[in-house]
This record gives sequence, C-alpha cells and structure tokens, in this order.
Amino acid sequence: MSSLPEGWDMVVGLEVHTELKTATKLFCGCANNFGDEPNTNICPVCLGLPGSLPVLNEGAVEFAIRIGLALHCVVQPSSFHRKNYFYPDQPKDYQISQYDVPINGPGYLDLPDGSRVGIERAHLEEDTGKTTHVGGTGRIHGSDESLVDYNRSGVPLVEIVSGPDIRSAEQARGYAAELRSILIASGASDGRMEEGSMRVDANVSVRRGTEAPFGTRCEIKNLNSLRSVQRAVEYEALRQIAILDDGGTISQETRHWDEDAGKTQTMRSKEEAYDYRYFPEPDLVPVVPSEAFIRQIEAELPPMPAQRRRELIAHFGDAATDAQLDQANAAVELNLDPFIVGAIEKGITPALALARTANELAGLGDDAMSLPKDDYIALLKMEDAGELSATQSKKVLADLVAAGGGDPKAVAESKGFEQLDAGALDATLDEIIAANPDEWARYREGDDKLTGFFTGKVMAATQGQADGKAVNAALRQRRS
Amino acid sequence: MNAGEVSAVALANESLQQIDSQEGEIHAFVEIQREQVLRKAQAIDDGVAQGKNMGVLAGVPLALKDNLCQHGEVTSCASNILSGWRPPYDATVVSRIETAGVLIVGKTNMDEFAMGSSTENSAFGPTKNPHDTTKVPGGSSGGSAAAVAASMTPLSLGSDTGGSIRQPAAFCGVVGVKPTYGLVSRYGLVAFASSLDQVGPFAGSVADAAALLEVIAGHDPKDSTSLNAPAPALSSHLDDGVKGMRVGLCNELLEGCAPDMVAAIKRAAEVLSNAGAEIIEISIPELKLGLSAYYLIAPAEASSNLARYDGVRYGVRVDAEDVTAMNTATRTAGFGDEVKRRIMLGTYALSAGYYDAYYGQAQRVRTLIINAFTKAYSSVDLLLGATTPTTAFAIGDKVGDPMSMYQSDICTIPTNLAGHPALSVPFGVGDDKMPIGAQLLGPALSEQQLFQAASVLEHGANS
Amino acid sequence: MSDNTRPLNEDDVRHVAKLARLQLKDEEIIRFTEQLRSVLDHAADVASLDLEGIAPTAHPLELSNVLRADEVTASSDRDEVLRAAPSVADHRFRVPRIVGEAP
Repeated sequence: MSSLPEGWDMVVGLEVHTELKTATKLFCGCANNFGDEPNTNICPVCLGLPGSLPVLNEGAVEFAIRIGLALHCVVQPSSFHRKNYFYPDQPKDYQISQYDVPINGPGYLDLPDGSRVGIERAHLEEDTGKTTHVGGTGRIHGSDESLVDYNRSGVPLVEIVSGPDIRSAEQARGYAAELRSILIASGASDGRMEEGSMRVDANVSVRRGTEAPFGTRCEIKNLNSLRSVQRAVEYEALRQIAILDDGGTISQETRHWDEDAGKTQTMRSKEEAYDYRYFPEPDLVPVVPSEAFIRQIEAELPPMPAQRRRELIAHFGDAATDAQLDQANAAVELNLDPFIVGAIEKGITPALALARTANELAGLGDDAMSLPKDDYIALLKMEDAGELSATQSKKVLADLVAAGGGDPKAVAESKGFEQLDAGALDATLDEIIAANPDEWARYREGDDKLTGFFTGKVMAATQGQADGKAVNAALRQRRS
Repeated sequence: MNAGEVSAVALANESLQQIDSQEGEIHAFVEIQREQVLRKAQAIDDGVAQGKNMGVLAGVPLALKDNLCQHGEVTSCASNILSGWRPPYDATVVSRIETAGVLIVGKTNMDEFAMGSSTENSAFGPTKNPHDTTKVPGGSSGGSAAAVAASMTPLSLGSDTGGSIRQPAAFCGVVGVKPTYGLVSRYGLVAFASSLDQVGPFAGSVADAAALLEVIAGHDPKDSTSLNAPAPALSSHLDDGVKGMRVGLCNELLEGCAPDMVAAIKRAAEVLSNAGAEIIEISIPELKLGLSAYYLIAPAEASSNLARYDGVRYGVRVDAEDVTAMNTATRTAGFGDEVKRRIMLGTYALSAGYYDAYYGQAQRVRTLIINAFTKAYSSVDLLLGATTPTTAFAIGDKVGDPMSMYQSDICTIPTNLAGHPALSVPFGVGDDKMPIGAQLLGPALSEQQLFQAASVLEHGANS
Repeated sequence: MSDNTRPLNEDDVRHVAKLARLQLKDEEIIRFTEQLRSVLDHAADVASLDLEGIAPTAHPLELSNVLRADEVTASSDRDEVLRAAPSVADHRFRVPRIVGEAP
C-alpha cells in the first residue's frame, strides 16, 4: 500500500481542528457566522478588552461531547488552561484551551478499510481572528502590513489528536476523510476544509522497519484539503527518507505545505519553539458533565458513517460490485448518502442513484450538500424514465447545484434538452449504419466492442441528445 | 434622599467643592467627571420631584477606582499604556451603582494596574495621605481611600488583590472591605490577578460601607466565578452585636507589627470582649507562607492578563517596523517599572522548567493556607489582627526596595489566597498620630458577622 | 525541577523580558535581576517545602458547570470599537508586518 522505498515505515499522527456549528462563540454571545462584514461580530469578550470575562457556551460543550462520543472517547470532567503567546490574531495574547484534563479522553476511529486509529483526546478551545496580509504576494512573507478581523476570534473549536497510528499517506487521507464525515454526521461541524472550518496538521516521522523506535518528527501545517493531506504526508516521508539515506539527520521543526509547489518548507525550528506557559484559566470553572447529560447526548446522536455505509450497501444486496462499494464509501464520506437512500426510496434504480451521486454530485464540492434533495430526486426520475440522457442529466445537475436548487424540468427546457424521439433516433442510426457497413457487419457477427463505436457516432451526430441506454437498446434490437 | 430633603445637585456640588479645595494637595483623582455628575444629579432630582424611586443610594457621590470600566469614560488603570482609553461597556458594579442612583464624580488614582501598596506607582503621580501629605495613602486603591478620608466623596470603590482596599483604608482612617471572592462581579474590573481580585467598598462608616456592599454584591451571569448567592443582608444586622461570638486574636497578624499597632489591636480585642465576644488567642503558622505564595501566583496571573496590552486593538501604540518590535516598543514605553517587574516575575514563575518549583508550589501553599483557615474557623467565628504592620509610611521610603514594599501586605494577603472576606475598620491612631486599622477576617460569606463586629469596634474605637 | 534552586541570573531576566515582549537597558537588567532575585530568595521558603500529596489550588471557589445558553446577544458597535484602535484600515485593525506564522 505504501509507496515508500523498501524497508522504510512512516509514522503519522494528525491533529484536526474543527469549528463547531454553534449559534454563538465559545465564551460570548457574538454570532458564529462565516463571511460576515469584518469586525461586526465582536464584543469586549472576544476582543479581549480589559475587564471582560469569558462565560462558557453550553451548546459548544454539547457539540464537543457529541464528537467525543462519536469517536468512542471517554467523556470526563475537564477544565481550561491559558496558552500564552503573542500574535495579533489572538486578542488576549493567550488562547483559552484545555491542557491536562480535556473534555474527551482516549477513543478510536475505525476506517472503512478495517484499520483502527487511536484518538488521544478531543478538547475544546477558541479560534483566533483572521489576518489579511497587504502588499507583497498577499502571503505573510514579504507583506508590508496586515489587517485583523476578529469575527472568528472566540469561535469554538474542537481539536482532535490522533495517536501515532497512521502508517501511510493513503491512510492519513482516509482518517481525515472518515473523521470529516463523522464530524458532519454528528451535527457538530460542517467540515468545510476550503473555508477553514476543518484544518489538519500532520506529525510525520519515518523509521527503518516497523519495529524500529520512532524517528524525529516534523509537524506539517496548512493542509487545506484531503488531497493535500495525502500529498503532503507522502512528500514529507520521502523527504525525510532521502535525508536519512544520505546519512543526514532530521531536525524537529514545523513545516508549511505549499500546495502549488507540492512541497513542505521550514516554518520554525525547535529552537524557536514557543514556551506557552500553560496555567489554569482563573476566569473559568471546571466542566463536569453529568452521566445523565452524556447519556442523553448519546441517545440523540445521529447514525455514524460506518452504520450508514452498511445501510446503504444493504440496498444492493449481495450483488454490489467492488466499484459500487467504493462509490458507497465515497458517498458516505461526503455525507451524500441521504441523497442516494432518498432516491432509492422514491423508486429510482439503485445503481443510477449511486452512480450519479458518487460520480457527479460528489464532484460538485461542498455546495452539493445544499442542493434540495427533492430537486435531485426529480432529476434522477427524469433520467430514469429516459426523458433525459445521462449527458444531459449531468449538465442539468451542475446547473441545479450552482443555483442552489430548482426545477430540473425547467432547467432542461431552458437548455433545449428534449429527448430525441424514437423516430429521429432510428433515422440517425440508419444513416450511420449505411455509412459504416464493415463495422456494422462485424457488430452483427457479435463483436460487442463496437457498441461503443456506434453509440459514440450517434452521440456525436445528435450532440449528446440521444440517451445512451436507448441507443444500446436500438442497436441490440437491430442485431437480433 | 428619595424623600427630597437634600437635593442630589447640592450633594454633587458639595463633593465637587471639596474636591476643588483638596485635590491640588491630595491628588486622589485621575479624572473628574464634573459635567456628567451634575447632569446625573439633576436627573435624579427631577425623578424624585416626580415621585419616582431613584435608587437606594440616590444622589450619593462616589469615587471610582480607575480600573473599573465605565462606558465612554477614560479608564486607564493609571497606566500610560491605557491612557485615554474609553471602554465601550460598563463594569457590572458600575451598572449596579448607577441603577442605585449613585453619582460617580470621577476616577481615582491607583498604583498602575493595581500593582503596589502606596499609589506611588501611578503613571500620573502619587496620591498623598490626607492625614499627613508627606505620607503615602497606601495602595493600590490609594485614591479611593484618600477621596473618602478627605471628605471629597462619602463612598468610593476599590479593588483588593492582596490588600489593596484594606491597607489604604487603614492608612487613611476609613472603612475598607474585601468581600468573599465571587460575591461581587469582576466583570469590567481590569484584571490584575484574576483568582484573587475582588471589588469592594470604602466608606467613612461601617453603615455606609454596608449599604454600598449590598448594592454591588450578588450573582452576575457575565462572571463565571460569581457566586450564585444573594447579596448578604448587612444594614439590618449592624446593631446585632457580638455577644457569644468567638473571635480569634491571631498571632501571625500581630507578630512583626509595630508596638503601637499591637497595643491598638489588643485594645480592639478588649472592646469586642466587653461587648460579649469570647476572645481566643490563636496561632496559624501557615499564614506566614502567604507572602511568598502571593508574590508568585499574582505575578503569574498578571503576566498573562497584561499580555493583551500589545498596541493592536486599543491603548497607546509605539510604532516599529514589524509587529513583534511594535509590541515590544509599546509595552516597554507603556508600562512602569513595578508592572514590568511583576510581568517578568510571573513569566519566570510559569516558564518551562520553573513552573513546578514556583507556580505549582505556590498553589500547594494556597491549599495549606485554606486548610489552616478552615481549621481555625472550626474553633472561632472570626479572626482579629492588624491590617498593616505599621501606620502609613513616608512617600519615597520603599520605592527602591520592592521586597520591603511587598512586606506591607503581609497581614492582608492570606485572605485573598483563601478567597475569604475581611475588612479594615479605623481603630485609633499610632504614636505618629496616623490612623490604625483593625482587621477582621472571617470564612467565606461571613460578611454579616464581620460587619456586626466592625460596628462594635467603630463605636468602641474612641471609648 | 532539576535546576530550580539556581539563583536567577541576568540571562534569565533577558529571556523572560523577551518572552514578555519588554526591552530592557543593560542598567535595567542589572537592577531587575537583583530585585527579582530578592523576591525569589524570599520565595525559597515556599519552593523548598515538601508538599508531596498536597493538591494545588488554582482557584478559591469550588464551582463547576457555569454555562450560558447558546443564544446570540448584541455585539459591540464596530465604529466605537475601531475608534479606540491605534490604527485601522478597511474596518480592520492594522498592524505592521508580521514576522513568522502563528503557532
């Protein structure tokens, strides 16, 4: 599975920060809204004004416990600490976080491939403000000055720390993906990586063989997509191996993933590491969730991805192909399985519902999730009934997602998508057969490879208006 | 007041006139809100004329320590780094006194960020003791104590982290109360050491202090460390006396004190005894550890609380080429020496490798002190001792020697570490004719008994 | 706890000053070292105690579970807040260039 050189093993642990979908911030009543006008959701508390004091948001505690339960963590009495460091996006110049006693202790996460990754902790903390760099390239290096917006300051985060149990870049991606779908499923987070509501850091080290002691690790930051998690971990492991193979040593440091360059680069060495001077936050008191409260949250927890995968696959019985199992995993990972199950329950052919969702809807990004399910099912119904070709259906879907929903019939009409009637299809086929007598002869003799040839010709001649299934049916009919 | 016998405007004017005549010499204030107070006084008089209830303290002038946030009014903590800062919100205690009809006449001088015991650490110059202007008024709430002692205002508010209300109250001959931790909201009190800070009243009499504490006490949902307890009934119990009360005369709050101080506190014990209290001599050796523990815990919390003064969001900025240099230049220019000392001390106590030996160990000592108090309060109801080792010292005396300055808090600090209430009530004068404060201490939420005993001492002080 | 009894020296003061973002002149380093050392010497009574088994007290109160409902309350007036800032652009707080990424 691993693409590492023979004899090498990698050891990876991920730290995932996820913003919680609360109405308000962690310690004040300011709205927790992404994308509002700068500095409109601020108050003395989240601006760290002198004299202000934090008061913990009950909703954030509940969401944190949901995440903990979904990850099989020990939910325990906890308290807050201050993590002291100066940074302009940190209005108090300390972050309120959890240190020695996190709200969620050890747990685990099972991946679809059957492997298990340990969870060390999942603790509550506050987010920072957002800086915009002015001048230079717009990145922090070479900028002239920076502007700070504190709307995000104090937004609740849960930091989920995995054990050093991950052994390949692919597994790292799989862990991040499964965790993301669990976070979404729990209702605690929206898991939007491109908006920064879920952020991943990776601790990567390598060693010679699976029994050797762990090597020196580097922490990789700025992993903004599942793809970059996999690429960065792969790159970093190979980088470390190359150094060690050359007789060099790895220095412990924090590195930045440059997605465009496909490289990690030094951000900060261990010598420059911070001394955070953690100490108990005197402005807050401990959180001691009662057993009854925990059990109530547990009872209300929605089904998790593993269960949903089982339920989805059950619709296919034993007949599910490997490709379909992969599609089912992908759909659940992206939290799109309700679209499939909803469509199947409305009588859509299961294979169509699965394929269209896992292949097309999944490719349309986070916006796909906001598409009204009924609009989607209406579209699949048209395709299933042969009123739209697959090509047309995909085009309508893209438009629907971009518009956030709509009537698929109206969209199809506005694009001029009318199903080729049977007469027109017959006429087109007659012309194509006449123009390609040799191929037709071979096809009639049973050369099925030519199905694609004729279908392609028909699609080209009709500019995609023909329905692939109808063409196949017509071809088979003429052969028999 | 609500009866309309005295007008609020007259009381405001009286206060302002006294300030005009005394302030040049005393320097109790960093800001006087002349127009605002007259406007508020007029509004109260209008309300009273219409038969409205304008609050239990309607028309009473009050001086506010400069570390309590007041919406739109300068709140600087007597520091250059916050000079001119106008908070966009009110502290909870400010809202409460405003609702009670109090007239805020201005912000009082203090040691910068409440760090000090003499009010000499103010960026705006020292306050003088109204009883002898060559002496300090104590600190850090020196301006609030002096304002009441000089009859500029009948009431004032201060904050007490290690004695910053009781010590200046003792030096200036007024009543000063440090309530149970959590009884009064800290929301809007600019933090020095969050686990120790508490807002409390100064007044010329025990009854006035009780009335003010009743107004400011009580649960506040904006302060997570606010006790979910109703404000104690104090005024209605002031004359209940001390009959049957067991009062411990505490050895550790007397030893090391000047002879005139010890003699005065023993007289105070006699007054309580004559009023029917049982006086029990008691020793609590753990209290001696308080000073060291305090000067690790308070600076540690302060080093974190004062990190936010970085020149980014409010206050004064000193420009520099990058943000780290700007933070450094701003803080270097904006903080005075005592604040820098404590920030560095606290940073050191929390830093890697020293946490266990200093901060961690101080927290354990805190446990020892709490346990020792708990044990003592199983055999006595209250404790009696000196508020300060000596009467007010001369201005300039201890400025160069921080450790000797810190020693002047030795009798007041243990209470803060335990989160208990204590008060200082004037009890005679020393050989130098300067006021002496008797300190009464009690377990958490024993304010009612403390005020009863204080009332007895107040009446017996001159007998 | 290895070298916790070592007396504070000038390098320690330089180090904590840097951590606390304070710039000290040489003369101040000498003076602060002496003053801080005298406080820490006094604290030796605490540092040297054997307190094995004594739980630390971070806070005098024994409260827990102080929570507020997840309901939006009014935010501050942006203009009023920004007026108090040393430098502002585009409704945001302006700072000189930042050296180094956030931790």
